Amino acid sequence: MYALETIDIVKRYANHLALNKVSISVPQQSIFGLLGPNGAGKTSLIRIINQITAPDEGKVLFSGMPLNASHSSIVGYLPEERGLYKKMKVGEQAMYLAQLKGVEKQVARKRLQMWFEMFEIDSWWNKKVEELSKGMQQKVQFIVTVIHEPEILIFDEPFSGFDPVNVKLLKAEILRLRDQGSTILFSTHNMESVEELCDHIALIHSSEKILDGTVEEIKRGYRSHTFELQLSNLKGPVSSIIPEGFELLTEKTNHYNETLIRIKSKEVVHPNDLIQAMIPHAGIVSFNEVLPSMNDIFIEKVQQK
Amino acid sequence: MHKILLILEREYLTRVKKMSFIVMTFLGPLLMAALMIVPILLATLQDVGQKKIAVRDETGWFKGKFESGENMEFILVDGSMEEEKKRVLDKTYDALVNIPLSQFNVQGQAEIFSTRQIPMNLKSLTRSILKTELENKKLLSAGIDPQLIREARTDVNIMTIQLEEDGSETKSFTEVQYGLGIFSSILIYFFIFLFGAQVMRGVIEEKTNRIVEVIVSSVKPFELMMGKILGIALVGLTQFVLWVVLTAGVYGGFALIFGNDLAMANATTGQLLQQNTEITQSATQAMAGQVFEVIASIDFGIIIFSFLFYFIGGYLLYAALFAAIGSAVDNEADTQQFMLPVSLPLILGIVVSNFVVNNPDGPVAFWMSMIPLTSPIIMMVRIPFGVPYYELILSMVLLVAGFIFTTWLAAKIYRTGILMYGKKVTYKELWKWLRYPG
Repeated sequence: MYALETIDIVKRYANHLALNKVSISVPQQSIFGLLGPNGAGKTSLIRIINQITAPDEGKVLFSGMPLNASHSSIVGYLPEERGLYKKMKVGEQAMYLAQLKGVEKQVARKRLQMWFEMFEIDSWWNKKVEELSKGMQQKVQFIVTVIHEPEILIFDEPFSGFDPVNVKLLKAEILRLRDQGSTILFSTHNMESVEELCDHIALIHSSEKILDGTVEEIKRGYRSHTFELQLSNLKGPVSSIIPEGFELLTEKTNHYNETLIRIKSKEVVHPNDLIQAMIPHAGIVSFNEVLPSMNDIFIEKVQQK
Repeated sequence: MHKILLILEREYLTRVKKMSFIVMTFLGPLLMAALMIVPILLATLQDVGQKKIAVRDETGWFKGKFESGENMEFILVDGSMEEEKKRVLDKTYDALVNIPLSQFNVQGQAEIFSTRQIPMNLKSLTRSILKTELENKKLLSAGIDPQLIREARTDVNIMTIQLEEDGSETKSFTEVQYGLGIFSSILIYFFIFLFGAQVMRGVIEEKTNRIVEVIVSSVKPFELMMGKILGIALVGLTQFVLWVVLTAGVYGGFALIFGNDLAMANATTGQLLQQNTEITQSATQAMAGQVFEVIASIDFGIIIFSFLFYFIGGYLLYAALFAAIGSAVDNEADTQQFMLPVSLPLILGIVVSNFVVNNPDGPVAFWMSMIPLTSPIIMMVRIPFGVPYYELILSMVLLVAGFIFTTWLAAKIYRTGILMYGKKVTYKELWKWLRYPG
């Protein structure tokens, strides 16, 4: 059972196609990364899931049920274009937004107090939003996104505008929320965070989904048979000892006379075969296969199109 | 529905708690009351104490003609000009009226001397007395009895009576209806502009604060728009009601404290009016009686009900359009191009209302009181003159229909506009938004 599915979503604007039959499936209690260059259609898809706009074709399912108005209370949404009423007090505003999500006044107050303590911002309750720094406002914004304890959390570019300390805090919170049972969908450009957080990803480019799967699967699918070896006691120059069919990419020797090499094969090679071939020529200090980073895959896929 | 109430509550409370609202609410009535009271007080202040006025009459015609009153005491003097002027300077008299024999007789000239500004009504009173006397003299020398002329002078007082179809008659006094109509239509005009602009600014604020997308993930854009419009309507009504109550309170308070002064001032003004225009006592009373009769005959129930209806209906109709404008732009400076077509019907309404009062049943008046964009203003001008019920009901139904239509139209623009940033929007663009599905 998927927590969230979109099936063949099509969205047209006056003179361009924003989404062309995009289907994604987000498993329960997982973190799903929605990737793609600027203008690919990520925000359009997210707005459709949030019922802010309607698709021209296709449907959205929440736990197998077609999307309806009552779903807005089980979704927490942090848009890319986000902000707060500047003249309103922090506490008052958080209460208001929580109640709009359908949380009872008393419950909202209790939960907010808990979150404010956790983020160490309880002294801001009576401050006006305009008195806070941008990073502080983002914390408040995050709290009001999760205050109704939604089953599904949707973050559009959640890390933009946060400093590294707050990015770390936010990542920890996202993981904690997932572990507590929430399903999280987020869009980002930040590939580092994708590798760190995501279980699944989908790559959208020019209105179409061009790639999806688990991060592990995709990386394996894009393996380039590249290996990194740290060698000692070489019995000859590096170029002479690497097996047939391998191309030497880089070579570097350190102070301890160990050489770090990166080699790539054109064909599928079993690691054991490579190690066996290397043993007669050098001592192997470390060995690992280099999987492409999500960043590489992203750039490769986008440029292919 | 519950969410609209939450939004309404926020919109209302944040505005009502604002300093500017509180200041305006209390300052407004003070200004209004000041506008009514200050002129009367000023008139009263001038009449403090009895003024001594010397009359130096060279002709000898005016013995007993200057009657001393509460404010002025007249003394006939016959010293030389130099002596009498000196007495004015040393404050024996407050003013000196000099009637020189030859100049007065031939050219009708007289003089008033004083050290300070003379009381406002002294000059007119003197002129009136001198004029009557001189005219009498001239008539007598021509062999006409002035009494005859006085008797021949007639005041014509026209009663306007409206015939009803059931045969009953209502006295009307056009000035009263005129005043009522223009006053209430101007109020509606200002209310729409003032609070419509607040709706627009509220929408722009939400857009520039980037909070709008956070909110529309919890509520429908339509709910957000309606909550805002209704919340601001309540702010407007609150302010209006407070103004009425406070103005009445302030005015009443003043009337209590300065009651006698006010009454006296009114009396002197009345007296003056009589002397100047030479309206006889009975005519004044008749006119006042007629005004009261007309006021009593006006159906205030209908007027107050229609006023509230058009006040709120007109606001709702335009507020939706203002919200749509706010959603289409990124800042207030960009609103100009869209403001014009929205304000045009309102301005037209105010301009035309001046013609409508002269012909409240003409075709222009009829059509403009049916079209919802102008009906709140034009119908309010017509109502005090009496409008057939079917016309009133038709106009109200059309206004409600118009309000539903503009709200529907505005909602379509609004839900696209609020998510659109950094784009210069044209009318062509708006037309596209209207046709987006869902």
